[in-house]
Amino acid sequence: MKLDFEHHQSAHCESGVTSSLLRESSLNKITEPLAFGIGAGLFFVYVPIIKINNGPAIAFRTFPGLIFKRTCNALGVPVERKKFRSKERAESYLKERLEEGHPVGCQVGVYYLSYFPREYRFHFNAHNLIVYGKEDDHYLISDPVMETSTRLSSYELERVRFAKGALAPKGQVYYPKSNEIITDGQIKKAITSGIKRNVNQMLRIPGRFAGVRGIRYTGEKIKRWRDKLGLHKAGLYLAQLVRMQEEIGTGGGGFRYIYAAFLQEAYGYLNKEELLEISKLFTQSGDLWRTAAVQAAGIYKGRLGSQEDFNVMGDYLIAISVLEKEAFLALKRIKW
Amino acid sequence: MKKENVPQDMSSLGKITKEVCYATDSSGKYVTELSSGWDVKINALEAAWKDIEERRAKARQQVLNGEASPLLYFMEYRLMDTGILSDYTGFWKWQIKRHLKPAIFNRISDKILKKYAEAFNVKVEDLKTMTVHEA
Repeated sequence: MKLDFEHHQSAHCESGVTSSLLRESSLNKITEPLAFGIGAGLFFVYVPIIKINNGPAIAFRTFPGLIFKRTCNALGVPVERKKFRSKERAESYLKERLEEGHPVGCQVGVYYLSYFPREYRFHFNAHNLIVYGKEDDHYLISDPVMETSTRLSSYELERVRFAKGALAPKGQVYYPKSNEIITDGQIKKAITSGIKRNVNQMLRIPGRFAGVRGIRYTGEKIKRWRDKLGLHKAGLYLAQLVRMQEEIGTGGGGFRYIYAAFLQEAYGYLNKEELLEISKLFTQSGDLWRTAAVQAAGIYKGRLGSQEDFNVMGDYLIAISVLEKEAFLALKRIKW
Repeated sequence: MKKENVPQDMSSLGKITKEVCYATDSSGKYVTELSSGWDVKINALEAAWKDIEERRAKARQQVLNGEASPLLYFMEYRLMDTGILSDYTGFWKWQIKRHLKPAIFNRISDKILKKYAEAFNVKVEDLKTMTVHEA
């Protein structure tokens, strides 16, 4: 059985899955940047007490699962979402949905994801893909970050759906329940609510570790990493920061470019000149993140290593924090 | 970032699939562009793997010295900490910590060994002898 489903490559898995699952009901209008922006995907957080893969826990996007949820909510699309304890039940549920004609989004872990190159397989459990059919013992998979569609045997799919560790997927599946056509009016409303939510998320979130304040905090921390951790470990920490920022799924520049693209598309719907100007600020921010990544690479490759080099690195983040604060304040000032 | 500046440095992922980047065209409009990789992040990934290999070599030595059981080696090999291993096997963290001691590891039942072997996706025999067959 194979549903009529067209694979579409995207930068970020969850926004890509959201965009693909809404393609039919939105008549292709919910692009990846729109899904990301409506879902208020842009974020920054550094959780100093937790370690991931022996390095710092840093994220440039909002909590996994929220983009799909918020985007569908904002567009008024009802969502079905389910987790399972039993592997058998998880598979039969998936099969039933396919038989009803629903392509289904699945949360999976990438560690045992067979078509990923080994170098990319870490215990990261918030990857998303779409299952759109089954032939013999193989499920047909549309993984948004891959150029083409792919397949997994039923054992392989079960293994990644029941990956363990932080954010364990527990077989989670989700799909939009209705195929009612989404109107431009709904999209406009969803865009403004997504922007407002993102403004709050970056400017008003309490504490020092998240939002634009979190970027500054991280910059200040980095300046002390050399003394505190030693050059080698500090280099590994920076490598982890760069991977979270640039690795597959981010669209480059820690998701800042996707957000800039979103604001351009938002302008197409809302005709507010400010959006185009603010989009440029996010492009600048993405560029600055990448400049910082080059500096970080100098350190983890051993070309740089003085305290001054760490100060430069930290100052990049502080400059980014100022820039993004300005950008979000400008978004906040828009009269809708 | 401008479209023509999207880096095309070949990465291990690039051999399998290119990735989508968002970049601006000559009029400043955002478009998507495929990238086969970027040196800066290839190096970041290499740094991470070099560290993993070092930890693994160190674990192997500890096992050979009789300071730890083969579990430690396979945990490093599979990038698992006691938390993840506990989730995969259903054992408590304190049980895993006990099993990390060679004297106790040598006494544990086949049933328990089988659970560990499953979590690491290796054979029980290989688990005991610290053998890996690279895929």
